[in-house]
Amino acid sequence: MHNPSKSAPKVPQEGAKKPRFKKQVLIRLWGYLYRHKWMVFAALFLTIISNLFALLGPYLSGKAIDAIGLGTGKVRFDIVFFYCGLMAAFYAASAALSYVLSVLMIKLSQKVIFRMRKDLFDKLSSLPVGYFDTHQTGDIISRMSYDIDTVNASLSNDLLQIATSAITVLGSLGMMVLISPVLVLVFAVTIPISIVLTKYMTGRVKPLFRRRSAMLGELNGFVEETVSGQKTVKAYHQEDTFVKRFDEKNRQAVDAYYDADYYGSMVGPSVNFVNNLSLALISVFGAMMYLFGGLTIGNLSSFVQYSRKFSGPINEMANIISELQSACAAAERVFRLIDEEPEPADTPGAITLTDVQGDVQVEHVSFGYLPGKTILHDLTLHAKPGSMVAIVGPTGAGKTTLINLLMRFYDPDKGVIAVDGSPALTLTRDSLRRAYAMVLQDTWLFHGTVFENLAYGKEGATIEEVSAAAKAARVHTFIQGLPQGYDTVLGEDGVSISQGQKQLLTIARAMLLDANMLILDEATSNVDTRTEKEIQSAMRDLMKDKTCFVIAHRLSTIQNADMILVVMNGEVVEQGTHGELLQKGGVYAGLYRSQFQ
Amino acid sequence: MRDILAYLKPHAGRMTLGFVIKFIGTIMDLFLPWILAYLIDEVVPLRSVPLILLWGGAMVVCSVIALVGNIVANRMASRVARDTTESIRHDLYKKTAYLSARQMDWFTVPSLESRLTSDTYNVHQMIGMMQRLGVRAPILLLGGVLVTLTLEPVLTLVLVSTLPLIGIVVYLVSKKGIPMYTKLQQAVDSMVRTVRENVSGIRVIKALSKSEYEKQRFTKVNRDVVARDTKAGITMAVTNPVMNLFLNLGLTLVVIVGAFRVNAGVSQPGKIIAFMTYFIIILNAMLMVTRMFVMVSKGSASAGRISEVLNAGEDLSIQPLPQVGKAHVEFQNVSFAYHKSETVTGISFSLKQGETLGIIGATGSGKSTIINLLMRLYDVNKGRVLIGGRDVKSIPSEELHRMFGVVFQNDYLMADTIAANIDFGRNLPREQIEAAASAAQASEFIDSLADGYDHMLTAKGTNLSGGQKQRLLIARALAGKPSILILDDSSSALDYRTDLKLRQAIREEYAGTTTVIVAQRVSSIKHANHILVLEDGRIIGSGTHEELMDSCGIYQEISRSQMGGEGLA
Repeated sequence: MHNPSKSAPKVPQEGAKKPRFKKQVLIRLWGYLYRHKWMVFAALFLTIISNLFALLGPYLSGKAIDAIGLGTGKVRFDIVFFYCGLMAAFYAASAALSYVLSVLMIKLSQKVIFRMRKDLFDKLSSLPVGYFDTHQTGDIISRMSYDIDTVNASLSNDLLQIATSAITVLGSLGMMVLISPVLVLVFAVTIPISIVLTKYMTGRVKPLFRRRSAMLGELNGFVEETVSGQKTVKAYHQEDTFVKRFDEKNRQAVDAYYDADYYGSMVGPSVNFVNNLSLALISVFGAMMYLFGGLTIGNLSSFVQYSRKFSGPINEMANIISELQSACAAAERVFRLIDEEPEPADTPGAITLTDVQGDVQVEHVSFGYLPGKTILHDLTLHAKPGSMVAIVGPTGAGKTTLINLLMRFYDPDKGVIAVDGSPALTLTRDSLRRAYAMVLQDTWLFHGTVFENLAYGKEGATIEEVSAAAKAARVHTFIQGLPQGYDTVLGEDGVSISQGQKQLLTIARAMLLDANMLILDEATSNVDTRTEKEIQSAMRDLMKDKTCFVIAHRLSTIQNADMILVVMNGEVVEQGTHGELLQKGGVYAGLYRSQFQ
Repeated sequence: MRDILAYLKPHAGRMTLGFVIKFIGTIMDLFLPWILAYLIDEVVPLRSVPLILLWGGAMVVCSVIALVGNIVANRMASRVARDTTESIRHDLYKKTAYLSARQMDWFTVPSLESRLTSDTYNVHQMIGMMQRLGVRAPILLLGGVLVTLTLEPVLTLVLVSTLPLIGIVVYLVSKKGIPMYTKLQQAVDSMVRTVRENVSGIRVIKALSKSEYEKQRFTKVNRDVVARDTKAGITMAVTNPVMNLFLNLGLTLVVIVGAFRVNAGVSQPGKIIAFMTYFIIILNAMLMVTRMFVMVSKGSASAGRISEVLNAGEDLSIQPLPQVGKAHVEFQNVSFAYHKSETVTGISFSLKQGETLGIIGATGSGKSTIINLLMRLYDVNKGRVLIGGRDVKSIPSEELHRMFGVVFQNDYLMADTIAANIDFGRNLPREQIEAAASAAQASEFIDSLADGYDHMLTAKGTNLSGGQKQRLLIARALAGKPSILILDDSSSALDYRTDLKLRQAIREEYAGTTTVIVAQRVSSIKHANHILVLEDGRIIGSGTHEELMDSCGIYQEISRSQMGGEGLA
């Protein structure tokens, strides 16, 4: 299941565009929330109400205690019961409210997450093929799962916390100002300290969180790569070598996590310290003021209580900020991927290719994956409708590159490829690609039933059509032998398919397409020659009246091509029919003869 | 979960120390209000400024101790979490690397990947959280309960009586919740699989313009993940309000009971007020417990998935078996089934040191299966596989696998240099690597690269052509100077001339190597000492090329079709 691309560059990614991102991340996260603004407002509203309820509890219990406070034998039980009844009612209401609030927040954050994953996936679908040739699958998956999860965790917890904290802080600050504006000045000392501290910490922690996400992505990349290659690792008995390499990545990942934690875990206690400091200051100055008659003892006591209330959320805020930091680092990685350059849009006024004749003209095409490293040099060929063009040549000569250009997975650096007389660049990619049926050496089947896999290219295909194609491709009997026949889910426990059978399945899939052009890139390389011969008539039907581009090493399979191109080092060195080329006695003749040695 | 907790054991000392430090830090936090009360009640009436400053200083000292204690303890907790996660991941990866082929089939690659990454990550978070809140919450909880007990034992008992109810709720919710998180992880598995499929099949998807369809397919799995996540979240969210409600109702009950007691003259209103203050502390501690509890539920679902892999049994055990015969490689009447129906039946052949076996046959006829059995990636159901007369079941896998150099179909190249890909972790001398590359006909293209053997490959070798990949893989197989070389349809992307040179090089430079070649082309196996023709898992012809040309109709047919007969791609 790999990509059969050639010489794709390892593009340096990310890093270049860092600083601007910071603010944008928050704005974009807000953008996701804003889509559900009613839910956000409802949540804020509920938060305020439930906080008010929470404040009512102590007030009511105070009333009840007042009634008890009358002393032995004088307790007013009617009042006690009345207020206790109210307390129970409010507590029940507050519990119900807070549950509703949690559900609301979960739904909200899940909506946001759903959207983010969707945006990310949509972007993946629109990226050019080259992106996947150069990026680790594991890292992409890490963004889809871990990074988005981190954002999710932060959204569903922190948002409410922030709202609650803000209300509490404002409320208690107001009360403190009312009690003693002078004493509030203590905070003029301590709050700047905590702000500076928090700022300094978050400045340090932010890159650490970014690193933590990146390292985890790298670990995932390594796991993805080596777990899929486990059989090879085992065959060479290199399990321990790979465990050692894994250990290195693992260490980097847990160290990055630890580093972020190391500073992250300082934030909470530090801010807590500043709060304790302010408590000490308030105690001392408060006691002095009391001594010199500026404050009553009751005032001091309430002030202290409010200052505790005030500092509680601020303490919590520090934790929230560190969580938000990790969410931002994660969101940044998600947005980076969402911001990748998609496949350039079709040119304005691009035509939809219809009634394909299959006339393909390649004129003076040059192309290289890396600038300055040309793979195809000035290639020219003309495939007439219904003709079969075979491309042969040593490996690495650029055969598959030509296919990449025909399908517009990449666009040529120079020259023009025209289909039915229109330059490919003026056609919509969709219609151009749909004009080709393609069978590649690296087969691709997905987790779905055999039927779904075969009917993949043709919506609404009936089981009759599908089984006819399977019969023609000589896999019908094999499919019937599977536990659930055409409904067997591929890739699930209990199904083992050989490489050759996979190729036959992809051939059957191609047979169901009504494309007028056909690309066969080593399509039957893992199919034995007898089966190949058996499917020959079906293949001939498949190729009939279609313009075919065939890459094959078995020269026997291309002998009756209308034109054979011999490609070496990105240039066509010979061109002609089988007979002509044999007669010429050049490269092709040499290749052909080597079969019989 | 228990298996995972066992990983904490080696850190017990450090954890205990951390707990003690955290304990001291937390107690300091509890001291501060106490000093304040003392300051107001006892010191202020003395009207002594120096004394006030002294006690203020004491508060600052306590704050500093709390600061240092909490930071140190948090860091120790992080370190424990780091080291524990590291060893869990290490063990899990190691176990995964050593899983048998059958076990791999069972777990599936994407699922193993997410266990290694997101599940271990959940566990990491859980361990860190447990240590941080796990100390603070119980101290506050116990401290609160203890103080209230000394204040008013009867009222405390009223409040404490709600705790069993809370316990029941926690138990019921977690019983429902943990399986939900397990289900969630399964949905995440299938999401990951869909993304992987889309990445690997991007060409086909684009070629067939199926992007929209794939988006829908992803939307389905995405929706599934969201639905399960929501369900689990909503279930777990029950705990917090219910806990609060029970405690608050308990508190209401306290007020009522208190009223009776005050009325009867056995308690004072002041005590009830103090009681209320400590109740807030208890409540906060309970809140921390719920947060922890959600984390632990999620973590233990992941822990379960990790243990499942860690506890997978030893699949291919080594059995002492007697030496039989002398042939270098021998199959004796081997039959094997991946599942129910037999894939190969009654396979027998025997090779001397240095001989070559060619295997040819229809797609799905069991060619690769023979390779899998020879390397003991699977165990035979019937018969014996012998190497040098020893049953492969009796050879330790380390010794067994060192004998082989192998190229599987669509084998795997990694994002590393060409030299590292050939070496594949074996620390082979450079000459050996270069010799192998040259025999594998790879040196020409490697030398043409600017950085030669240090050229970096992308993951899966996507920056190489199919033929270049196969050459590197063959070089890897040859580099270890194996006594048995296996090439499973691994020269399909080589042109005939290269294939021919390759075979000559192997014959000349690796003469003592016993070779097994699976191929589609007769020319690749024509010169083999023995050729097996397979059909439906049975040998329908065996012998040399010449013998088979005489005796085996199907072989003749294959041969004729390739040697000049006509055919299509």
